[in-house]
Amino acid sequence: MALLDVCGISDWVKEDTFSSQKASVDRVNHFNFAAREPELAVPIGVDPADFLKPFTDCEDGVEGVTIKLEHGTTTLAFKFQHGVMVAVDSRASSGSYVSTQMFKKVIEINPYLLGTMSGSAADCVYWERLLAKECRIYKLRNKERISVSAASKLLANMVANYRGMGLSMGTMICGWDKKGPGLYYVDDNGLRLSGNMFSTGSGSSYAYGVMDSGYRYDLTVPEAYDLAQRAIFHATHRDAYSGGTVNMYHMQETGWIKVSQEDVGELYHRFAAEKK
Amino acid sequence: MHDSCSFILMVGIRGKDIVVLGVEKKSVAKLQEERTVRKICALDEHVCMAFAGLTADARIVINRARVECQSHRLTVEDPVTVEYITRYIATLKQRYTQSNGRRPFGISALIVGFDYDGTPRLYQTDPSGTYHAWKANAIGRSAKTVREFLEKNYTDEAIASDNDAIKLAIKALLEVVQSGGKNIELAVIRRNQPLKSKEIETLVAEIEKEKEEEAEKKKQKKSS
Repeated sequence: MALLDVCGISDWVKEDTFSSQKASVDRVNHFNFAAREPELAVPIGVDPADFLKPFTDCEDGVEGVTIKLEHGTTTLAFKFQHGVMVAVDSRASSGSYVSTQMFKKVIEINPYLLGTMSGSAADCVYWERLLAKECRIYKLRNKERISVSAASKLLANMVANYRGMGLSMGTMICGWDKKGPGLYYVDDNGLRLSGNMFSTGSGSSYAYGVMDSGYRYDLTVPEAYDLAQRAIFHATHRDAYSGGTVNMYHMQETGWIKVSQEDVGELYHRFAAEKK
Repeated sequence: MHDSCSFILMVGIRGKDIVVLGVEKKSVAKLQEERTVRKICALDEHVCMAFAGLTADARIVINRARVECQSHRLTVEDPVTVEYITRYIATLKQRYTQSNGRRPFGISALIVGFDYDGTPRLYQTDPSGTYHAWKANAIGRSAKTVREFLEKNYTDEAIASDNDAIKLAIKALLEVVQSGGKNIELAVIRRNQPLKSKEIETLVAEIEKEKEEEAEKKKQKKSS
């Protein structure tokens, strides 16, 4: 404060309070696990670089340490004449271990906004829930729902602050606002793209193949449901890290509806029967 | 702490497709360069603000509001609504009434513009940080008299067309401003168009003519 500075008191006042630069010098083995000053506790005698080397992609374990995460998913979304289709698989894997076959990869932010998740489950769930909170606050402050472009911009700006720190998140924000249907792809680098069709995750190439071969803007609603389901199914069939069930949502002018949740095993038999 | 601007009258009228701001032009010293419409500032392409009070304080508020308009466009990808920027300005003013070592901003502002969906808006803020929406308002010198005039004369027919709204603003100003059209300045915003200064010579002449006709009619009625 101005008065403190004028009186010259500020110097000795600051000495008494905690400052992160002084902590490791003055108090060698003291750690303050405050959320604002992040510190990593390492046992004495351990070299942090060596310790982290097996878990990173880089050579010396020091430059740009990003923890290597195993992540597998297939998610897709596309715009068509009757709104936006969103379809995701539901397998969560860590390495070759399947943690669960029933993971919810679509977060329902509000009746007019959906967010998909791919990449690190923890990162996606955390940031998208934070986004949902911001959207609620926006609605209270401004008495109208947030637009899809603003919501995706908020998310992109939030994660851009953590660029290079090892976040892994590829998400699609889908919604219907005053400007009509909206679809944005946002990822952990802060990239934000508007588009008509996106697919993310380890199985995205398979999904793109099926989607591209069957996509038209003027699909009917049943045709769009079928296309989205098939695309995810074929991705789960070939990609080891995708599977479980296909969760489908349809974003309409009146909000989203959950279309179906079907096990990929059942889908396999249904499609196989069609071939005969 | 008064400077000359607290003795200026300012009128704002919200029409159907137009918003009008009228300012009483203060006569300047002989050697001073006259600059037109300096009391009315654009905050963004679709919003502008007129203020009555300390010009120096207004400059700070206007700068912050202009930055906030662009910041909103950047993060939300939409232009500000008039209500949003009014709320921002009012919050800024309130903050200065509740912290140590500061004094409130000495300005009342009229903020006019069109929202993204085309609705015209007129808001007024005062130094305490409150804001209200108005259909028509006046601030500054003799604002009370002008507001009473507007309360009597602001009807749906009176603002039916753009020109009618402009004429109403001029008439309101003429209630208080001496020596007619020379001392009045107008700025208008039409939907999807930027702020424009308005030529008022012809309109003032029309209004004077109408007044004379009215007076004539009354005289005739009396005599008959």
